[in-house]
Amino acid sequence: MTRNPTAILLAALALAFPLSLFAGQVWIDPFGPPVPNATAILMELRLPRALLALILGSGLGAAGAAMQGYLRNPLADPGLFGIAPAAALGAVLSFYTGYESQALTLPLFALVGAAGAMTLLALIAGRSGGIALFTLAGMMIASLAGALTSLAISLSPNPFALSEIVTWLMGALADRGWHEVRLAAPLTLLGLFALWRAAPALDALALGEAAARSLGVDPARLLGLMVVAIGLIVGSGVAVAGMIGFVGLMVPHFVRPFTDQRPSATLLPSALAGALLLLVADCLCRILPLQGGELRLGIALSLAGAPFFLRLLLKLRRELA
Amino acid sequence: MLEALGLTIAHRLHEVTVQLRSGRVTAIVGPNGAGKSTLLAALAGLIQPTSGAVTLTSHPLTQLPPQERARRIGYLPQSGEVAWNLAVRTLVGLGRLPHRTDAAENYAAVADAIATMQLEPLADRALSTLSGGERARALLARVLATRPQWILADEPLAALDLAHQQALIRRLRDLAQEGRGVVLVVHDLALAMNHADHVLVLDRGRLIAQGPPQDALSENVIAKVWNLNASWLGQPGHKALAL
Repeated sequence: MTRNPTAILLAALALAFPLSLFAGQVWIDPFGPPVPNATAILMELRLPRALLALILGSGLGAAGAAMQGYLRNPLADPGLFGIAPAAALGAVLSFYTGYESQALTLPLFALVGAAGAMTLLALIAGRSGGIALFTLAGMMIASLAGALTSLAISLSPNPFALSEIVTWLMGALADRGWHEVRLAAPLTLLGLFALWRAAPALDALALGEAAARSLGVDPARLLGLMVVAIGLIVGSGVAVAGMIGFVGLMVPHFVRPFTDQRPSATLLPSALAGALLLLVADCLCRILPLQGGELRLGIALSLAGAPFFLRLLLKLRRELA
Repeated sequence: MLEALGLTIAHRLHEVTVQLRSGRVTAIVGPNGAGKSTLLAALAGLIQPTSGAVTLTSHPLTQLPPQERARRIGYLPQSGEVAWNLAVRTLVGLGRLPHRTDAAENYAAVADAIATMQLEPLADRALSTLSGGERARALLARVLATRPQWILADEPLAALDLAHQQALIRRLRDLAQEGRGVVLVVHDLALAMNHADHVLVLDRGRLIAQGPPQDALSENVIAKVWNLNASWLGQPGHKALAL
């Protein structure tokens, strides 16, 4: 068993990235006869889409690894902080107001939603830095944002807005372009940087909160880094692609057996594996022959993720028994 | 010198003043709820006092930067939890987190700690495969890897059988002999009597007695604090408590 999955994941990404550009409704064979509009398809559709998959996947993968380290729980997920549902609520409100036609409004609304959740989290649980309180506050925010989203949907002004909302909530990378790449890339990178700064403290936390503090960890600083990192990564992800779940939950489990299990050691491999997972999943969504358009990425990952989660639960139950 | 001056923590400790010297093993004893763990955590700088202060060589702990404090005082909590199934060497390596030293120095410190706790054959084993005694040694090695001046451990001997208790307390005595300060919360009064240089007796948040074990753990103190009529039998260093 290799101790360093980073090299293998990098090699796999280097292989999968160019291949993913050729796959889709129009197959492009670099050695075959020329395809009409091949340059436009590659540069304007597939390249930004593949880059978005890398950006979002790496962010969600690393965020998942960090959350599992922070909560010391292999079942944790970046969604636990309630930031994704709050960002989704923001985005849904932008549909509701009918402003979604303006390209910037939807992501901005989503980011405002994510920032709102981050502020609320900091206000509720910030001073104590207690992890249990923090998680409960996140779950409360998630259920509140979910309820408000349902309210917004039920009060939807017209059937068209309703179908827009529902379709958008099922995350996807279809029809995303350079505009979304420019929005998500810097925010996700900032979030990854915050996670990197938090990494040693996450390792110390493996020994419990008291021991971590005795090793010099400042719980309030760690909490701040986590909120900012998860907020930026998940907020920008929802802003450009809608709800994409399960990546952060699944990916750390794939890579952890190949590391020394410290949270900091799983961050980079999880980022790479998340990028690979999203790239491949989006590619499969594109080429699956499905009536009425392509399979939504968010649905595909949930379909794959839910059984995975169940298997994980059963495995943990066996270990506890 | 690690000192508590009029240390009060609301509802848990009341006006505790103690002076702990390095180079010896100090045992904190007392009935359940006496405030032993609270005192230990406060001495480690992990609990903000309601009033009073903890000072390390006359500097208040609260004024030390957390990393600096972490380099000087190693602390082992009672729970002994480790969230991930780390290998022994990885666990011990976590003790280097407060240091910003190069890899070679970290490696040497970890190797030293593993050797001191006689864990070399287990260094690459996962924690889940260790016995209780091996795990206790690995957890203590993590504290040693920091190379702290002070080692504060909350019931490090609780889960161990007699032979492992003896082995571990001898290690701790060696560390004190090297000049470190060792402070332990213990439940076993005979262990404190036979192996500690200095004993603090707590009851309901107050310091009842302190001093050399034969004074602090006199039959009178035991009668008063534990409500037990007990007497010490045997020679110094091999005493047993008869009820």
